[in-house]
This record gives sequence, structure tokens and C-alpha cells, in this order.
Amino acid sequence: MMTRLTVAERQSAMFISGLVAVAGFAMAVAGHGDPMGAHGWITLLFAATLFFLAGEALYHDEPTEDRSAEYYDDPTKAGILISLAWAVIGMGMGVWVAAQLAWPDLRFDAAWSSFGRLRPVHTSGVIFGFGGNALIATSFHVMQRTSRARLAGHVSPWFVLLGFNLFCIIAASGYLMGVTQSKEYAEPEWYADLWLVVVWVVYFVLYVRTLARRNEPHIYVANWYYMAFILVVAILHIVNNLAVPASFDAAKSYSAFAGVQDAMTQWWYGHNAVAFFLTAGFLGMLYYYLPKRAERPIYSYRLSILSFWGIVFFYIWAGSHHLHYTALPQWAQTLGMTFSVMLLVPSWASAGNALMTLNGAWDKVRTDATLRFMMMAAVFYGLSTFEGSFMAVRAVNSLSHYTDWTVGHVHAGAMGWVALITFGSIYTVVPLLWRRETMYSWKLVEWHFWLALAGTVIYIFAMWNSGITQGLMWRTYTESGTLAYSFLETMLAMYPYYVARVIGGSLFLVGAILAAFNVVMTIRNVGYRAPQIDYPTASEAGEPAIPAAE
Amino acid sequence: MELTYEGTSAFAKSFGLIYLMVLSLGITVYAFWPSLGKRFDRAAKSVLDDEEGPCR
Repeated sequence: MMTRLTVAERQSAMFISGLVAVAGFAMAVAGHGDPMGAHGWITLLFAATLFFLAGEALYHDEPTEDRSAEYYDDPTKAGILISLAWAVIGMGMGVWVAAQLAWPDLRFDAAWSSFGRLRPVHTSGVIFGFGGNALIATSFHVMQRTSRARLAGHVSPWFVLLGFNLFCIIAASGYLMGVTQSKEYAEPEWYADLWLVVVWVVYFVLYVRTLARRNEPHIYVANWYYMAFILVVAILHIVNNLAVPASFDAAKSYSAFAGVQDAMTQWWYGHNAVAFFLTAGFLGMLYYYLPKRAERPIYSYRLSILSFWGIVFFYIWAGSHHLHYTALPQWAQTLGMTFSVMLLVPSWASAGNALMTLNGAWDKVRTDATLRFMMMAAVFYGLSTFEGSFMAVRAVNSLSHYTDWTVGHVHAGAMGWVALITFGSIYTVVPLLWRRETMYSWKLVEWHFWLALAGTVIYIFAMWNSGITQGLMWRTYTESGTLAYSFLETMLAMYPYYVARVIGGSLFLVGAILAAFNVVMTIRNVGYRAPQIDYPTASEAGEPAIPAAE
Repeated sequence: MELTYEGTSAFAKSFGLIYLMVLSLGITVYAFWPSLGKRFDRAAKSVLDDEEGPCR
């Protein structure tokens, strides 16, 4: 892959990885005796490996390919494979922590394997590792195809992909060592946060520069969603991670906010991480890969524009529904609740738009499990956004908050919507990217679909039961006005549901392993198929992209 | 200037309301502007042939 870069690009790759390696070494020295020192060594190892990979290719010949005639898909391919690896790791961790809740002995008495440390490895592993890499990889694919232009740069996409993964590795290894800011989905400490800002700004610039090269007059709506994802995540990340390091040689910092302001900033971040990381980016996937696979244009393009702006403007205000019945002022809670309820409109518009696109192609949904993944993702998107709006209502929240119902809701979105749309997109894009006739085994795709669906349904029903049981037990009083159940009694009541959750999660994990196996076998064993045409149009082409049928 | 609840809510209820209304109206007008229909239709169809079919 390195030899497809020009010599000058290989040199700048060496320069960048050399700089990062030096920074890693400085961290290792300064942070000696602190987890930051271990992170320094990890950074040094990571960057040095890349340095030597680029250096090894340095004296090879210049590439001969005509760059204006082909899309640049190497970073996309790498991103898809890395994403699948993180899926197996992150979901595996999920099954482990779920099993720990049912059988606490599975901690094996070590500090690093305690629930509090492993759980963020699971959440970050699936959200950032699996979801983030899939978003970066598919965004590179979608931005080039919809713009009919090659990526604007060859080193920067690698910098984004690998730099993001360095962040993920620092994050996951830090949790095991006990490093955390104690902010949900924003646990990594200050140096990891600063690094992610650099990576993310490069990502944004790369996206804008590629769009600026486009040969299409109109920017396709999927790009809007990806752009919103990149831009808003940058803002959220920077504001929520404003912190003062306790010292520059250790992994400890103090948030710039205190008390209820800190909580509000955190949940403004936390809910918009759901909105712009787990929704906007994946809607970008949906709006590209669903029409593509169904071979039908999106049902209503105008509706997709309306729902885009609706989602962008409503979601930003919804975060305070995480803080019902807290020290947050009542009006701010009500504001969050109101916008959460209004969110149902653009959310269902998107879900409905996706399902209406399939109207007339139901035979394909029946026979093609890949398309069925995306159809089911749209269904779960509709279900979980309805559930979310409902749970944001203060009265409902008084029952649901702090119970497993919330966990079930998150997983309805994460497994049912995010993971299903990602797997559907991966099964669509892998044969296209590697120029294969088809996936290695359509039966495995079919197996994966049913395992994933069964796993999700078992998981959600277990958590609904557990959460509502828990919520009702917590609010049951005796005649004398004391609580009727002790905490331990609610724990015992949840036990069967926790076992069910392990079963559901395991089914889902097995599906992900099948997907990784299927993708690897597709790359290795399936015959080559030359595409009829798959290249960027020349910039001189005045009116590009008229479909042949017209 | 002191940041008070009254001041903030007055700002939100006036400027915030106007800005959200104007934006939502503007977006609706843009999305349903008749002469843009062709452009949107073409954009919607453009993703179907970028990998397989002839792209121009």
C-alpha cells in the first residue's frame, strides 16, 4: 500500500510518524512512573512501526498509476478491516462485562478487569473503534463517489485513520490502567483529547477539500450528514474536554466546569455524541448505501433535506433530558424534554424515507440479507427514536432513569440501528471496494442477520423487563412510608434478565465474528470482477453524471 | 454585563425564537423550491450509477 504513495508522500509520512514517535518518547520520559509514561511507549511503538513501514518503501519506484483516473480506496479498505477487528474486541468486552454483572466472579480478582474499567473499553471499543472506523472508512468512500473526485490528499486520509486508531488504543489501554476523566464517552485524559483535536481538524479539512474538487453541481445529502458529524463532534469534543492538567507529566486533569454546569456540559456532549456520532454519521451511510443496494433513488430527496436540518437543530437542545430531577434548573430540563419530543418528527421522517425507498423492492429485501440489514436498521432507528422521545418526558423518566431500561434503549439504538446499518453497509461496500463478484458466503450473511436480530431482541426485552421491574421496586413504599425493597432484593430480581442479556449479546458477537470471517474470505477467495466503470470524471467535463438511462 | 436568568430567557424567547422560525422557514422554502426539483432528482439518482454504470 505504501508504494502507491509518491516518494515525496512517503517522506512526509516518515516525517509525521517520526514527529509522533519523538512526542511519544518525550511522554514516556516525562510520565515515567505514571500511566502517561506507558502511553508514551505505546505511542512510540505505534509511530515507529509506521515510520519503518514508510521507510521500507522509500526507495521503491514512483507509482505509475494515473491518479486522475481512479479513486483512492486504500484507506477505506484498511478502515473497514480495522472496524471489524474493533467490533469483535468491543462486543467481546461487552459480553464479558454483561457476564460479570450476572456472575461477579468473572472479574478474576484483578484490578484491570473490574467492571468499572472494562465497561468503558466496551463502550469506546464499539462506539469509537467499530463505529468510528466504519464512519471514517465509509465517508472516504462516499465523499469520493458522490463528488466523482479523488480524495484530496494521500497522506492525510492515513493520518486521520491511523491517528484516530492511536487515540482509540490510548483510550482503551488507559481505562485498563485506571485512567479516566469520569465523563461518559469522554473518558480519555487531556493528552489523548488534544491529539484527537488534531486528527479531527485534519479530517474536516480533508472532507472539505475533497468536496471542493467535486464534479457534481449538488452536494449529495449523505455528505451533509457526514459533515455535520465531523463538525459537531469537533465542537462537542473541544468544549466538553476543556480541562486543566494537574501537571504535564501525569494523566490527571481537572474539568474547566464544576457542579451542575459540568453535568450540563457533559450531557450536552453525551447526548450529541449519540446525535452526531451515532445518528448523523450513520444516516449518511443510510442515505448512500440503502439506495445503492436497493437500486432505487431515495423516496423523497426533499424530505431528506428537511429531516437533516430538523435533526441538526433539535438534537443540540435535547441533552438536558439526562438531568431530570437534578440540580439543573427546571426550565432547562423542560427545554430538553420539549426538544426531545419534537425530535420524533425529523427522526421518523428519516426512518420513513428509508422504508418508503424500499417500497416496491420488498422482493429484494426478502432475498438479500444485506438490504434486510439496512431495512431492519431503519426500523430500529424508528423504534429507538420513539422510545427516546418517550423516555425524555419527565414523568416517564422518573421511572426509567438509572434503571436498565436506559441500557436497553441505548442498545436498541446501538445494536439495532448503528451496528445493523454498519454491517449492511460493509456487506455492500466490500465487494465493490475489492472488486469481488460477491461476498464469500451469502449464507453467512443470512446467519449473521438472524443472529444479530435475535441477539438484539433478546437483549432489549431483557432490559425492558429488568429496568421496569427495577424502577417499580425502587418506588414501592410500605404502609408506614418506608421503601418496600432493599437494593439487594432488586439485584436478585434482575439476575435472570442479566443472564438473558449475556445470551443476547453473545448471539450478536457471534454474528460479528462471522462478518469478519466472511469479509476476510471474500478478499482472499472470491474471484476478481472488473467494474464497468468506477473512476472520477475529469474536471473539464462540463455536465457530468447523466445516467445512461436518460 | 451580569448574566441573569431573566436576561437570558428574554434573549432566548425573542432572538432564539425568531432565529429558529426563520431558519425552519428558509429550509422548508429551499427544500420545496419548485425549480430545484430537477437538481434534487438528479442528485438522488446520481448515487445509483457511480460504481457500476457509466458515470457520464
